[in-house]
Amino acid sequence: MPMDEVALDHAHDDHDHKPGFFVRWFMSTNHKDIGTLYLIFALIAGIVGYALSGLIRWELAHPDIGPLMGMMEYFYGLEGDAAREQAKQFYNTVITYHGLIMIFFMVMPALIGGFGNWFVPLMIGAPDMAFPRMNNISFWLTVAGFALLIMSMFVPSGNGGNGFGGGWVLYPPLSGLKGHSGPAMDLVILSLHTVGIASILGAINFIVTILNMRAPGMTMHKMPLFAWSILVTAALLLLALPVLAGALTMLLTDRNFGSQFFVPEGGGDPIMFQHLFWFFGHPEVYIMILPGFGIVSHIISTFSKKPIFGYLGMAYAMVAIGVIGFIVWAHHMYTVGMPVDMKAYFVAATMVIAVPTGIKIFSWIATMWGGSITFAVPMQWAIGFIFLFTLGGVTGVVLANAGVDHALHDTYYVVAHFHYVLSLGAVFALFAGWYYWFEKMFGVKYNGFLGGLHFWVTFIGSNMIFFPQHFLGLNGMPRRYVDYNPAYEYWHYWSSIGYAVSAVGTGIFFLCMADAFLRRRKAEANPWGEGATTLEWTLPSPPPFHQYNTLPRVKDTGDH
Amino acid sequence: MAHDEVRHDYHLVNPSAWPLLGSLAVSTLAVGGVTYMKGLFGFEKGSWYLMAFGFAFVAYVMFGWWREVIKESRGGDHTPVVQIGLRYGMLMFIASEVMFFVAWFWSFFEMTIFHGARAGVTFDSANVLYEGLSAWSSWPPPGVETFNPFHLPLINTMILLLSGTTVTWAHHALQHGNRKDTRNGLILTILLGALFTTVQVIEYAEAGFSYSGTLYGSAFFMATGFHGAHVLIGTIFLAVCLFRLMAGGFTPQKHFGFEAAAWYWHFVDVVWLFLFAFVYVAPYLILEGG
Repeated sequence: MPMDEVALDHAHDDHDHKPGFFVRWFMSTNHKDIGTLYLIFALIAGIVGYALSGLIRWELAHPDIGPLMGMMEYFYGLEGDAAREQAKQFYNTVITYHGLIMIFFMVMPALIGGFGNWFVPLMIGAPDMAFPRMNNISFWLTVAGFALLIMSMFVPSGNGGNGFGGGWVLYPPLSGLKGHSGPAMDLVILSLHTVGIASILGAINFIVTILNMRAPGMTMHKMPLFAWSILVTAALLLLALPVLAGALTMLLTDRNFGSQFFVPEGGGDPIMFQHLFWFFGHPEVYIMILPGFGIVSHIISTFSKKPIFGYLGMAYAMVAIGVIGFIVWAHHMYTVGMPVDMKAYFVAATMVIAVPTGIKIFSWIATMWGGSITFAVPMQWAIGFIFLFTLGGVTGVVLANAGVDHALHDTYYVVAHFHYVLSLGAVFALFAGWYYWFEKMFGVKYNGFLGGLHFWVTFIGSNMIFFPQHFLGLNGMPRRYVDYNPAYEYWHYWSSIGYAVSAVGTGIFFLCMADAFLRRRKAEANPWGEGATTLEWTLPSPPPFHQYNTLPRVKDTGDH
Repeated sequence: MAHDEVRHDYHLVNPSAWPLLGSLAVSTLAVGGVTYMKGLFGFEKGSWYLMAFGFAFVAYVMFGWWREVIKESRGGDHTPVVQIGLRYGMLMFIASEVMFFVAWFWSFFEMTIFHGARAGVTFDSANVLYEGLSAWSSWPPPGVETFNPFHLPLINTMILLLSGTTVTWAHHALQHGNRKDTRNGLILTILLGALFTTVQVIEYAEAGFSYSGTLYGSAFFMATGFHGAHVLIGTIFLAVCLFRLMAGGFTPQKHFGFEAAAWYWHFVDVVWLFLFAFVYVAPYLILEGG
């Protein structure tokens, strides 16, 4: 979709009619403002989630329960064993909420709610989302879900201490009455219901927008890959989240109204919950990474000054990943005692996903091949993404083998794997998108040196955190443990040092943002030059309050 | 400036307080729900006031929001392209509802198909779970008396299928501008919906098992109960359409609210056919040798 195919005759409307502060930000029906709200929200939730991971690394830097016990002594006035027991429950809640917050309140709101809202309408030439008011309740329900989740951290678990400490996967019996009988778990359930409704409504909105509001001449096969990625993501959300809602509802009634879905005494089956959960949970991991795929495709193309290699293959690879993502869920459950035939199937199906994923990786490389590459900040993040996501993908192929997984299940190898694809994959894509579209969204330039420094420090820091965790896992260090054998101390220590490095990176990020917003260097409409071919670059930075009052036309050239 | 004119048919909605109010309402309902179920912030378990308030708040937001949508529709905001969007939106919503029911069916199938397998999961008869689990070697599990599907459930199937025809009658009458027949068809559909709910209540009252205590009751009541809730929602949706019709709403060309209600009703109908076939009939014929 090069820019020369696009007639640039649409309105550049600087004559904005922005409403007042409260109406604009609390009653918004504007996709760009709602996108900004999502990004601010994700930033706040991300700080909370990141602080929680800081507690984890602080505690695990050395064996024996140290810092958290000190916290319990300081905050609750507990001593000795009482403080130790409280610290254990606290650690469990910290890992649980770290996971839930990062997934549901950081990555998803930022990539789908933030960039999806901002750039799907801009890229497809639409004036706004299909249902602008429903768009806003998606945002506010996400905030409500976050409030419920944070509230749950501070109400009784029912079995000593506060909060829910059973891990983000919420398996019964830990999430049942026996594990956590108090109100904390019920609040977690209702929090996820709430954010689930928000995501389903958002998914409907994106699908309808993309199907119904593309600019004249923009066929599906001319649509930018980011819009494709959001379309597939939204379809996954629409079909996967209701199943989680069902499982959570069963859990809720098991806890409060005597049903026996997951209670063995009444004939129920805790494994059933795992099936329902992962039927949602596996598509969920693609929900988190697919928008990143879309963003990275645009960045690689822009800074290689070449159209993306194999556009159609890239689009349908995402579709294929989405479809196959629904039939591989039990690879998260190899150790529950399933028949060997079933394992064989799930191994095979899981490995098949490497094919469309490989298509994406190799097409990005082929896009760069022979390109006129500039290593601007977004490009650094995007190449970092490709490298790190590939590394996480390769350990994913290792874990896909049921036999190997029997040894590695619930070890730090798994932790390293999914942080490579998410923390170093989705989050790197997120920052890539942030630096790619920052000027477009906020109308100011950031300092490229600080952005690059942010990249390198984060790249080194996060690799230091997670690469040693492969060694820990291969040596048998179980995940979710508050304490460990001193034999594991060496790599745990380096992992914690890595966190400190990444914290410096985060500090540079805030410095970079402060610099950008205080200096207010005026942004250009298209700072990236001829490589940036999608429609958003035809608009001023920031775009007018309502863009495309006259719809842009995409010429039919018969190919892409 | 000529550039300022909006030259497209999409609907740019005015700023609205409903989303924020809706979010507050849902939060209130959630916190109220946990207060009712567990007790929270010093309120005793069983305090229902906050939950009831939250529920009313949610209902109020729904009412106000949709009233605004109807106003906008009558004001001409729902151009043909916006109507296509609304159609896609309703279809997507129904698709997500289908996946919601997948969860209940999955649970029910796992129980019925593998009921024999779960009887053998513990090797140790001293295990506290042994007695409860070994009971599942027979079907129906002890203490459970399943329904004969060819009594009340069959009657309900006929009621719902009939209501599917009456709503189609109403739709065709509306398309031909025959408002009287539309009204009659709608009233009949609503009455049949109410009749279905009544029969379902009678059936529930006669059930030989309960929601709590055994998996069969849990799975049965969750699946049929959520369907029943959808029948109620669909009936209310149709009743709203009846009110709108009587107030002079809907034209032969433009009546998407009615169509959405009809689609929803057919969806509820199809879910029931699956429930009837797989929750009532199949276990009865296959496992109990009906």
